Amino acid sequence: MSDASHIKPATKTAPISRGARIVDVLKRDWQLYVMLLPTIIWLLLFLYKPMYGLQIAFKDYSVFRGIANSPWVGFEHFETLFNNDQFIRAIRNTVVISFWSLLIGFPVPILLALLFNEVLNQKFKKTTQTIVYLPHFISSVIIAGIVIAAFAPSAGIVNTAIRALGGDAIYFLTKPEWFRPIFIGTGIWQEAGFQSIVYLAAIAGVSPTLYESAVVDGASRWQMMWKITIPSILPTIIIMLIIRIGNILEVSFEMIILLYQPATYETADVVNTFIYRQGLQGGQYDLAAAAGLFNAVMAFTLVMAANALSKRYSRTSLW
Amino acid sequence: MTNMNLYSPGDKVFVYLCMFLISVFALSTLYPFIYIAAISLSTGFEARAGNVVLTPVDTTLAAYEYVVAQREFWVSYRNTFIYTIGGTITSLLFIIPGAYALSRPHLYGRRFWNLMVAFTMWFNAGLIPFFLNMRDLGLLDSYIGIMLGFAINGFNVILLRNFFEAIPQSFEEAARMDGANEFQVLWKVYMPLSKPAIATVTLFCVVGRWNGFFWAMVLLQDGEKIPLQVYLRQVIAQLSDDEEFTATLLDQAYSVETVTAAIIVASIIPVLIFYPFIQKYFNKGIMLGGVKE
Repeated sequence: MSDASHIKPATKTAPISRGARIVDVLKRDWQLYVMLLPTIIWLLLFLYKPMYGLQIAFKDYSVFRGIANSPWVGFEHFETLFNNDQFIRAIRNTVVISFWSLLIGFPVPILLALLFNEVLNQKFKKTTQTIVYLPHFISSVIIAGIVIAAFAPSAGIVNTAIRALGGDAIYFLTKPEWFRPIFIGTGIWQEAGFQSIVYLAAIAGVSPTLYESAVVDGASRWQMMWKITIPSILPTIIIMLIIRIGNILEVSFEMIILLYQPATYETADVVNTFIYRQGLQGGQYDLAAAAGLFNAVMAFTLVMAANALSKRYSRTSLW
Repeated sequence: MTNMNLYSPGDKVFVYLCMFLISVFALSTLYPFIYIAAISLSTGFEARAGNVVLTPVDTTLAAYEYVVAQREFWVSYRNTFIYTIGGTITSLLFIIPGAYALSRPHLYGRRFWNLMVAFTMWFNAGLIPFFLNMRDLGLLDSYIGIMLGFAINGFNVILLRNFFEAIPQSFEEAARMDGANEFQVLWKVYMPLSKPAIATVTLFCVVGRWNGFFWAMVLLQDGEKIPLQVYLRQVIAQLSDDEEFTATLLDQAYSVETVTAAIIVASIIPVLIFYPFIQKYFNKGIMLGGVKE
């Protein structure tokens, strides 16, 4: 999308010069500010005020003294955190879970889009697309409920199948070694279909003349997929990859809270679940806020780097 | 589109292979839902024994009868509707005028205000400061807290702003000639032209609200105010540990498994009803989602 603001002429009056007084601006545009003000106030109250509250990461926060009056302690909480095995483990788990989700989960929607592209029967295509998009719209509590039911030790279908094949039932959700496969698999099952939409849109943008001339040259569908479709959507693939890498610290911790238990913390506990337990359940607000600040700064750096990278790559920024 | 008859035999095999793989994926997407529905309609004994695979065994509505007899189920169901409808309306009341103002090229400080919105997408204070802020604002255990506290999402604002920006200025000239003010221009010119974008944002809000769980769990302690998702979570987490409940099951046709499954089905049904309606818009929504700063 081009930046239309440079092309469009100003509506009612000429743009205000640098020296113009605020009063004149307000006189002319007060209605716009009335429209904008609720949004600005909301942002200040609900998103920027908590940023001010982040200072408790450097304070010995007490509920009675409040944020401003609690005494400063410098980097004490960060020192505590980096000497805390659980926090180190949480960072490691976050990165490992994200890495495997990316490695296994990233190609699936691309593959799905390529498969959908080959289907000529529109009714089949529409029906199957409708089905694979569905889990995206289902709450994680429900998805987790289904996972817990399916992997239950005696009643679950997975163990029924294992027993039918002569194996011994496994209590999957209490086994640290099973947590990541189940979590990552659930994520792919829930999101891959919906994520394929982006690639389908990219494929829809490929010029039909490319395929027409390939047909004239006698190319097979398989060849066209490799020689035309995939190279054409490569920029989209790279952009999506950069976005995913930028968001590598964003593990869907809501789903983890729903699926993990003390027995699987070893492989399941990520930074945000650590924060949730220490802060919201344990009341150690200052320590948990420090962990959150560390996470937010790392995430911000990654996202900015990803944005810069994609800007260079595509000459358009992501958002 | 190319006619299948023009395909070589090899191409035909390839296309059928693709359709086969898609079918496998679609069926594995569908199966867990069928499985849960089958459990919800089976007797507790059969479900507990792991005998339910595809269709209900010993079909019974006992689990549903148990669920609809729970007062908490209806309270939380009602609350979910309150949060979804109230929360979506709240969001739109903020987002639509805000995005419109930000889209005006001559808005003073436009770059600054836009950056202020975009920054919230890159940097987040985190769970603890947000929670403490909600507590300090007195918004714990409050309907208003849930509806107001999550009203604006930077992504939605920018999506709508970009759509407004792309509308040619010429559309509003007639209205301006008639002396329309900004509110009238937004209401009579921009909103009717932006139906797909507004529908998309509405869809995002509705889906987010209906599915919202984490903050509802953290901010709401009062059982009278929790939404369906939190209730469902409590049932899953507590029912199986509740010896009193488990003890009463011995002579019942339902079990922990079937009751949980029944609640899951009950909370999916509204999504399924609205799903065809939703689907009409989200393809467009994803396209609009390719936004820029």
